[in-house]
Amino acid sequence: MTYLLRVLLTLALLTGTAVFAQGEPPAVDTTLVDTTTVAPPAPVTGLTGKDRDNDHGHAIELTWTPSVDDLENPSGARSVLRYRIMMWKPTEAYRVDTLRQMYDMVRSNYAPIRVYKPLVDSALILIDQGMVDVSALPFEVLLPEGINRTDAPAEMMKYVRKALQDTLAAMTAQVDISKDSVKVFRSNFLAAVESLPEAFNANGPSSGHGAWDSVGAEVPGATFFRHAGSKEEVSPDFLPDYADLYYRVDAATSDPAVYTASDVCGPVQASGQWYNSGRTVVLISVIIFTILTVVFVQQARRGKELYVRPLAGIEAVDDAIGRATEMGKPILYVLGLGAASDIATIASFTILSRVAKRVAEYQTQLIVPTYDPIVMTVAQEVVKSSYLDAGRPDDYNEDIVYFVTQSQFAYVAAVNGVMLRQLPATNVYMGKFYAESLILAETGALAGSIQIAGTDEIAQIPFFVVACDYTLIGEELYAASAYLGGEPVLLGSLKAQDYAKALFVVCAVAGFLTLILADATGAHWLAQFKQWFMVAD
Amino acid sequence: MKKTSVIILSGVVILFLVSWLVKGASLSGEENPYLQGFLTTFAAFLTLAVFSFLYRDNPFYKFAEHLFVGASAAYWMTLGFWQTLVKKLIPKLSDGLANFFEVPTEEHSYWYFLPVILGLLLLMRLSKKGGWLSRWPLAFIVGYTAGINFVGYLRSDFVKQVSSTFVPLLIDWQGVGHFFSNFSLAIDGQFVMMLANVVIFVGVLCGLVYFFFSKEHTGLFGTASRVGIWILMITFGASFGYTVMGRISLLVGRLTFLFKDWLGLIS
Repeated sequence: MTYLLRVLLTLALLTGTAVFAQGEPPAVDTTLVDTTTVAPPAPVTGLTGKDRDNDHGHAIELTWTPSVDDLENPSGARSVLRYRIMMWKPTEAYRVDTLRQMYDMVRSNYAPIRVYKPLVDSALILIDQGMVDVSALPFEVLLPEGINRTDAPAEMMKYVRKALQDTLAAMTAQVDISKDSVKVFRSNFLAAVESLPEAFNANGPSSGHGAWDSVGAEVPGATFFRHAGSKEEVSPDFLPDYADLYYRVDAATSDPAVYTASDVCGPVQASGQWYNSGRTVVLISVIIFTILTVVFVQQARRGKELYVRPLAGIEAVDDAIGRATEMGKPILYVLGLGAASDIATIASFTILSRVAKRVAEYQTQLIVPTYDPIVMTVAQEVVKSSYLDAGRPDDYNEDIVYFVTQSQFAYVAAVNGVMLRQLPATNVYMGKFYAESLILAETGALAGSIQIAGTDEIAQIPFFVVACDYTLIGEELYAASAYLGGEPVLLGSLKAQDYAKALFVVCAVAGFLTLILADATGAHWLAQFKQWFMVAD
Repeated sequence: MKKTSVIILSGVVILFLVSWLVKGASLSGEENPYLQGFLTTFAAFLTLAVFSFLYRDNPFYKFAEHLFVGASAAYWMTLGFWQTLVKKLIPKLSDGLANFFEVPTEEHSYWYFLPVILGLLLLMRLSKKGGWLSRWPLAFIVGYTAGINFVGYLRSDFVKQVSSTFVPLLIDWQGVGHFFSNFSLAIDGQFVMMLANVVIFVGVLCGLVYFFFSKEHTGLFGTASRVGIWILMITFGASFGYTVMGRISLLVGRLTFLFKDWLGLIS
């Protein structure tokens, strides 16, 4: 009763806060705009363009020196309020834009017209056959003022017939709704896109066949712009590779008619690269890690004992299973909300395997409600194998692992219900958890269960730490699966991870020291060490 | 059924009906006022039924729970069928089926038969003889994701972390005299920024030591590990407080629904 009163008091306080927290609207800023006519500003100088490095193509980078009259330059007129980046578009590119719009229109109109045209056709046939009841039509008819359902049917049907004929005419006129029309429009569009690079190459600004098109804007003081087009041909931002592109930058003022264009820069071509040199350090890391893993896996296979320090949370699993057996209560194993491909879920399968094996040996009940159907399928395989390994295949029941729902909080509600009604002695939460972690762990604590949790979701670990008896933090979850599984591949990869961490420490210390030395001695080349570890996007 | 349960149930039903009628009457200016009144009252009833779990498990919570689970399972299944199979797969495979489901056809690509085959193999679980075939798509899912994540994680969780740990110990250093004469505890002051960099460096190293599993945590190594777990726990504490505040805002949202949309106590 006291608990209920506390809850009610809290709700009342929160409501009071919500009621009284209604303030006045903020005052409106009424800054005046200077509309005085401005003189043409000095142009941007030194405009250069180049293909963006280490990308899939379709992007150009421009650099320039700002106008002397830039707003950020106190010694100039400060009339340049922005830079407008213009690209030369040949006439053919505008034709491609038109074809793209037509293709989009046909695509978007195709489905509704296909649905509604047969309805209109059949309604017209019925009207021609003498149908008089407007409410029998397969759609609602909006009648004009003065005409209602009680009026003469002939007059009403005359109006409806005319409206349907007009609708049908509009549909037919808008697009060709033949079966292959979408394909025809698409092939025409793609053929035009294919010829786009040649059109750009043959029709530069000097040809006069085209116009300047705005592709972006930059703030005063800017010296760089990346024209990142789309690689998708159907996108309006599509930028072709291997096409001669020309750019200019306009220094724009508060008056849209007053601006100064820079010299034209070009031709420049966008192209993609097969190898991203900005990620060489990642390649080196992959090679080192792979070598370490292979070496340690081989050592484990040859029988070399690889030490892994004990983890309190995992040591507690066996005790918890024993406790459940003594109490005659079930064990609840929650795999979280992750997919079967998430690393945390994969680690959880290994731990589930161990738990299921022990459960089978002790003949205790196991409950595994799952969120994801694929996870359920894998978990069923894992539990089945564990019962087989324990020599008790007959005790395995398909209902041990079952699917609940793929809605996050509905799943939580169901698992909470299991906790309170079946009162499991032990709750194990291993895998990927999100906002439901505290709700699950709190309910388990209320039900008086021993709780062991493990997740690599950093934001959820605090909730498990406060509400569970044992928590595996982050990477301990992966280590636990290797520790329990004892398989050479898992142990070897765990060892490789440890050595990678040692390498990390060495690099971090070296980086820290080089920065200190660079500051102390003035040898700034030492600070370049950090650049080796910078990864391109 | 016990007499007390019957009385409580009757009370709730009467309250529900009264609320429905009063809400419907208050919405008389809108379209379908009694339908809107029923929906608002039902939503409020379900909210209170879920809140009743704070007291203890009870039939109202069970009703809300089963309704929620059943409706969501059906909803997600329907959504999966229409959004994935009908909208994304069928237009790329068959004009006939696309016309049947009234979705626009797209250019056919026979690569899309691959997920169809893998999906059908998954369903082989239902067969006793061919159940083993369902392991192939599972192996495919787990294998390809592990391969993709390997490079991605190494990049984001290893290499980028290394470079982020390279922080300078000395910031804007102009000698000891300058340091002490301009000493400040301001958040953007020299001392605090240098201290922050030291904490980052020491915290990362000690945290890594805690997660080193190949050596027993004793001696100097154990001390560093303990510092690591302290830093982790302080971080978790801050994260806990931050997230709890987020949850309170969710509760306020629900209470606003009850007191504004349902009871009309908040204007």
